[in-house]
Amino acid sequence: MTRSSPLSSWLPALLLAVVVLALWEGASIVLGLQTFLLPRPSLIVGKLVELWPSTLARGIAFTASEALVGLVTGVACGTLVGLATARWRTARETLVPIGIGASTVPIIAFAPITINWFGPESMLPRVIIVAVMVFFPTMVNTIRGLTQVEPAALELMSSYAATDRQTLMKLRVPNALPFWFTALRIAMTLSVIGAVVGEFFGGPLYSLGIYITNQTGVSDYASAWAAIVLACFLGIAFYFAAILLERLLVPWYAAREAAR
Amino acid sequence: MNAAAGSASPHVVETHGVGKVFETGDAAVTALDGIDLTIRSGEFVSLIGPSGCGKSTLLRIIGDLTDPSGGELRVNGKSARQARLDRDYGMVFQAPVLMDWRNVASNIELPLEVMGFPREDRARRSAALVKLVELEGFEGKHPWQLSGGMQQRVAIARALAFDPKLLLMDEPFGALDEMTRERMNLEVMRIWRETGTTIVFVTHSIPEAVFLSTRVVVMSARPGRISRVVDVDLPQPRTVDTREEPRYFSLVTTVREALRAHLVDTEPLDDLGDARIRAEGIS
Ligand SMILES: Nc1ncnc2c1ncn2[C@@H]1O[C@H](COP(=O)(O)OP(=O)(O)OP(=O)(O)O)[C@@H](O)[C@H]1O
Ligand SMILES: [Mg+2]
Repeated sequence: MTRSSPLSSWLPALLLAVVVLALWEGASIVLGLQTFLLPRPSLIVGKLVELWPSTLARGIAFTASEALVGLVTGVACGTLVGLATARWRTARETLVPIGIGASTVPIIAFAPITINWFGPESMLPRVIIVAVMVFFPTMVNTIRGLTQVEPAALELMSSYAATDRQTLMKLRVPNALPFWFTALRIAMTLSVIGAVVGEFFGGPLYSLGIYITNQTGVSDYASAWAAIVLACFLGIAFYFAAILLERLLVPWYAAREAAR
Repeated sequence: MNAAAGSASPHVVETHGVGKVFETGDAAVTALDGIDLTIRSGEFVSLIGPSGCGKSTLLRIIGDLTDPSGGELRVNGKSARQARLDRDYGMVFQAPVLMDWRNVASNIELPLEVMGFPREDRARRSAALVKLVELEGFEGKHPWQLSGGMQQRVAIARALAFDPKLLLMDEPFGALDEMTRERMNLEVMRIWRETGTTIVFVTHSIPEAVFLSTRVVVMSARPGRISRVVDVDLPQPRTVDTREEPRYFSLVTTVREALRAHLVDTEPLDDLGDARIRAEGIS
């Protein structure tokens, strides 16, 4: 067998999750844990069903849009800067240090300021936060993929008198794609985290971050947990979207890894 | 040699006093020294010598992948760089260097894509080459699905795809089993006869060098020099029967002795004492 089916490869993880949830549920009952400390999974799921779609649907759609717009912007910028730096030396010398510098900025600390600029109802503050968060991993992985090419492969292209452009398109870019998709997986999960955390500092009332803050404030912990679980689902959905895209665009990579 | 005479020159490779010194931090390594070598059009020249004597380096200098430290080099009457830009070289390295994202057929078509061959032409050529290297049925396979020998055959097919004037091959059959290797030898012989291409071929195998070549260039190490050139006057075309001829055996012996003679003459070092005793014991 060269390639296991998607379901069977995720089975161990699913089993583990079920076991952990069962233990959590059991421990909560046996130890008599207070709901405000840690609500039982069954309570959270009950709340989720109750609040969906009336309360949470609009919030998750809003958060998802913020994450997606920020993601596309940040990944596009990271990829373009990565391409430019691999292509031009001056770009490497100027943009990479700036990129590294930007990545050290505690971006969440900027949330109140950006909200001050655009107002809490606007998507822009979270979009900017997400874009800056995903920019760096994308740029680093793109550069790595474009430059970590087998030296002999470069010599082969040189023996064909290939132009720089041909070497880029036929060697560097295909070589970089698996690296790029690794970055995309990271970026996908980061984007949801960035959007929700960004909302803590201000956003529309229905947004997930504000909802979590408000329900915690009125001690409705089960509802807050329900919103957190929903955000988790969004992150997982984003992650699988990245994997699906990877399977479609670089099918050889998954096949090679499975063969190893 | 001037440019006008160049294009008509029967000399595909011409080197005068070519040398190469690698500066490696503390010590400089003289990989090649005073290489004078002339290769005529249509020749099959093998480079043979102990490990580290500079065979790969010489091949890389001819192919404009490394600059010589000194001396003169003309390829097809041009500078090596111009020859590379004119796509005069087909190269086969020690490792196959295939692209994992391409299957067998599209790996073979890579140089054709770079050089702008039309699509039908590419498909026709790769189909013919797949047949030549006996990989029919594997066109759609990716490199990691092939054995090392099959990968090397793809690399050979790829080097032949655009009919280069000069084939530079660096131990292309090192990874092959003996049977496949002998069959590939016959194939290379046939390709060489049919295309009239000039081949420079690095090998560690004395029988392979004698069987394939019109001339065997024997090299010695530290510094890398040409110690002897053996003309191989075996009749063409060479076939399986060639390996049975007395002349073939005597040429194998000549090359072997040329390799050993040099070890005895110039390397009376302790770490080579063993080889020295063996060589003396036989002679
Ligand atoms: N890039 C390099 N930097 C420094 N030294 C080098 C480099 N390439 C080769 N050398 C040295 O040059 C000498 C010749 O190397 P070369 O690879 O040409 O040998 P070779 O005859 O091909 O050996 P083998 O039969 O093992 O392949 C060796 O001593 C090697 O250490
Ligand atoms: Mg070598």
